[in-house]
Amino acid sequence: MSLLKKVMSGSLSLLVFFTSSLWAAEPEHSTLNLRPGVTDTSQAVFDLHMEVVWIMFAVAGLVFAAILFAVIRFRKSANPNPAKFSHSTTLEIIWTVIPIIILVWLAKPAISLLLSIEDTSKSDMTVQITGLQWKWKYTYLDNGIEFYSSLSTPREQYVDYDKQGTEKGPNYLLEVDNEVVLPIGKKVRFLMTAEDVIHAWWVPDFAVKMDAIPGFINEAWTRINEPGIYRGVCAELCGKDHGFMPIVVRAVTEQEYNAWVETKLAEKAEADRLAAEAALKSFSMDDLMAEGKKVYDAKCASCHMPNGEGTGPFPALKGSALATTGSPDDHARLVIYGKGMMPKFDDQLTDVELAAVVTYERNAWGNNTGQMMQPGRISELKAGN
Amino acid sequence: MAHDHHPTGIKRWLFTTNHKDIGTMYLWFAFIMFLVGGLMALGIRAELFQPGLQFWEPNFFNSLTTLHGLIMVFGAVMPAFVGLANWLIPIQVGAPDMALPRMNNFSFWILPFAFTLLLLSLVPQLFPDGPPNFGWTFYAPLSTKFGPASTDFFIFGVHLMGISSIMGAINVIVTVFNMRAPGMTLMKMPMFVWTWVITAFLLIMVMPVLAGAVTMMLTDRHFGTAFFDAAGGGDPVLFQHVFWFFGHPEVYIMILPAFGIASHIIPTFSRKPLFGYASMVYATASIAFLSFIVWAHHMFTTGMPVAGELYFMIATLIIAVPTGVKIFNWVATMWEGSITFETPMLFALAFVILFTIGGVSGVMLAMTPVDKQYHDTYFVVAHFHYVLFPGAIFGTIAAVYYWIPKWTGFMYNEFLGKVHFWLSIFFVNLTFFPMHFSGLAGMQRRVPDYNMMFESFNALSSIGALGLGATQLLFMYIVINCIKGGQGKATDQVWEGAEGLEFTHLPSPAPYHSFDVAPEVK
Repeated sequence: MSLLKKVMSGSLSLLVFFTSSLWAAEPEHSTLNLRPGVTDTSQAVFDLHMEVVWIMFAVAGLVFAAILFAVIRFRKSANPNPAKFSHSTTLEIIWTVIPIIILVWLAKPAISLLLSIEDTSKSDMTVQITGLQWKWKYTYLDNGIEFYSSLSTPREQYVDYDKQGTEKGPNYLLEVDNEVVLPIGKKVRFLMTAEDVIHAWWVPDFAVKMDAIPGFINEAWTRINEPGIYRGVCAELCGKDHGFMPIVVRAVTEQEYNAWVETKLAEKAEADRLAAEAALKSFSMDDLMAEGKKVYDAKCASCHMPNGEGTGPFPALKGSALATTGSPDDHARLVIYGKGMMPKFDDQLTDVELAAVVTYERNAWGNNTGQMMQPGRISELKAGN
Repeated sequence: MAHDHHPTGIKRWLFTTNHKDIGTMYLWFAFIMFLVGGLMALGIRAELFQPGLQFWEPNFFNSLTTLHGLIMVFGAVMPAFVGLANWLIPIQVGAPDMALPRMNNFSFWILPFAFTLLLLSLVPQLFPDGPPNFGWTFYAPLSTKFGPASTDFFIFGVHLMGISSIMGAINVIVTVFNMRAPGMTLMKMPMFVWTWVITAFLLIMVMPVLAGAVTMMLTDRHFGTAFFDAAGGGDPVLFQHVFWFFGHPEVYIMILPAFGIASHIIPTFSRKPLFGYASMVYATASIAFLSFIVWAHHMFTTGMPVAGELYFMIATLIIAVPTGVKIFNWVATMWEGSITFETPMLFALAFVILFTIGGVSGVMLAMTPVDKQYHDTYFVVAHFHYVLFPGAIFGTIAAVYYWIPKWTGFMYNEFLGKVHFWLSIFFVNLTFFPMHFSGLAGMQRRVPDYNMMFESFNALSSIGALGLGATQLLFMYIVINCIKGGQGKATDQVWEGAEGLEFTHLPSPAPYHSFDVAPEVK
């Protein structure tokens, strides 16, 4: 019954879609077509796309019209005596030459647009974008701002294995904890790379899609014309949560951007100071467990699962040797430096957070080792002691 | 002709060196794999029916897309074409059998083992970390450093499939160049033979490249090499170059025999000779040649030098010219013909029309600046399914309807065949056409979940996929029914306008041993 209902509602929404939303004013962009976007490049890409679309409609339309005419006019009942011809040099030359002309016509604007897309010179600022499983790291090379940006849609919104349906926000799977902020009107150069596997940074409104490849640096650029929030996704299959590492760019005026930089730098200084202070403190089990759960759910649960039981290639922590009988130092080192598929967290988490998450993993889900990790020990481990 | 004694029961099939038996086994194997791969497609479409994760954990979803692609490419389309080659090439060139019958047996019997290796990865007791999950393109380092343990079984499976394909290709080439009936010059060969011999050359050129790619993966994974690891002086993009040097010709391996099939069916039911036979041959050969020099158009977002992007764009656009020639020639074949619409003709017509849709979206994808936006979206998924399902698969289905009376001696049920056609054409478009829109609107490939703005299109595709899958069970029924006697005996010529040695020189069904004495071709 519920499947039938879904099929019905699916078909109904389609019907509604085709009859109304084709013409309805979409709030942000079309759900049928490429979008013109908010840069000169994206507009040029859109125009070229539309040009090709119309030419291809015309070509396919001519072929289909000829086929339709043939199957009606030359069906056996209408044309019982078939002709016998089997070639015509003139015709064959014509339908070789005409496509060549069309293709040359198409290639010309494509070449000049391509050259401008690939011209990353004379940029005003540079942002390095690093892809990692499954989040993005942004480094503003001009002022040293650096942060990670990952999906902020809560797990409860997308996990629906009991098929009851979940409430979803409008920006479902297209929202992040830390937005990239960029000034409008400036030529921003992106340097793309990755830490683990190949990712691809794609924001359709800028017409920027570029692979982020581990060990290599790719260049791309944009110049945004209008302030606003622009959303994108990772476009290259990068493992389990490939569909869950969106991109959000907030484009603002130059003044707002400068103010944001100030705030961000001040916040960073304050956070560093607090972290340094906290790193000298010893925490109680309760504090570590509470903080550890927060960190675990945000950074670890997507692979090791909220219940610590792991999934597929991702090992269980619940009852594992690593998190129970093994030494707490080895456990902490694995979290700090990573190993194989396990990413490193040395610069993603503070010493307090690292200590808390290790403590949490050693005491949650019945692991109950009673062992605590303190931030002081983390900084010793990082120093190689 | 009377002495077709052979072992019976399982021994007949295990030890057979008869091209017809081997062709039959290839075709059934392909059909079983088609159903297995289709089930996985339904698993994918079930998850994508609506936003949210309802069925699969994301990692297993990736395994489904990976196995679906690998099984359809290597298990369904390629073996189906080899099966058709086995059945048809000897009776079309007037040869008693394939040139290398024992190798023929071996190349088939490798396949069940290859796919057992691949499918064993689904057994969680053997592989707790799951089946391959890196897409059918298995890009490094996702498939090397980050691949699950079953990747090694996948690697050996691909090796075996490659060996099988190479042997099949050698057999086709040797047969065609040595065993044609007297008088059958190269430019008198049936188009299916031409397209297959060109396909066979593609296979021999690129399957070793694929073997090289998976071997490099294997040594990267286990023996300390770093072909695809920048940390050791390698390059992950090298993998893509090697893969697509195989992969692009592979795309044509999966379509050229279907071109050949259409070039038989359209003239027969138009009762008129194929228009521009010579230009069809040259166009096929040009497409095959071009397929080797365009591979990096799959890699426009990898950060290639702009000169490389320009070259690969222009080279790719050129492919539209010979492909256009083929389509125009088919239309010209029908022109002033006397057309009837039996099931094979319907599928061949749908092939031409829907392949054209895949062709024009191919021209769009060739244009580098816009491809950068289409790349890795559902637009690409729509494009290649339009050339594969209505292309390769409709081509194969058309061939089965067209030649099955010759194979079995019986006519299939024409009414059910037409029902199969109309349901297939409705559902194939319902499944794949909406993907153009979701791709353009911004939905990326290979994700188990998506924003609600893509909901309607995905719901449509999922309903279409369910219908498309169910419809193919009807095809199975029609084939089995035909083997068991169908709608009565077929004539020797089968179709009013059919030409070629298999229709003019052999009874229906074609005897177990045909052309013990070579026919004369004038």
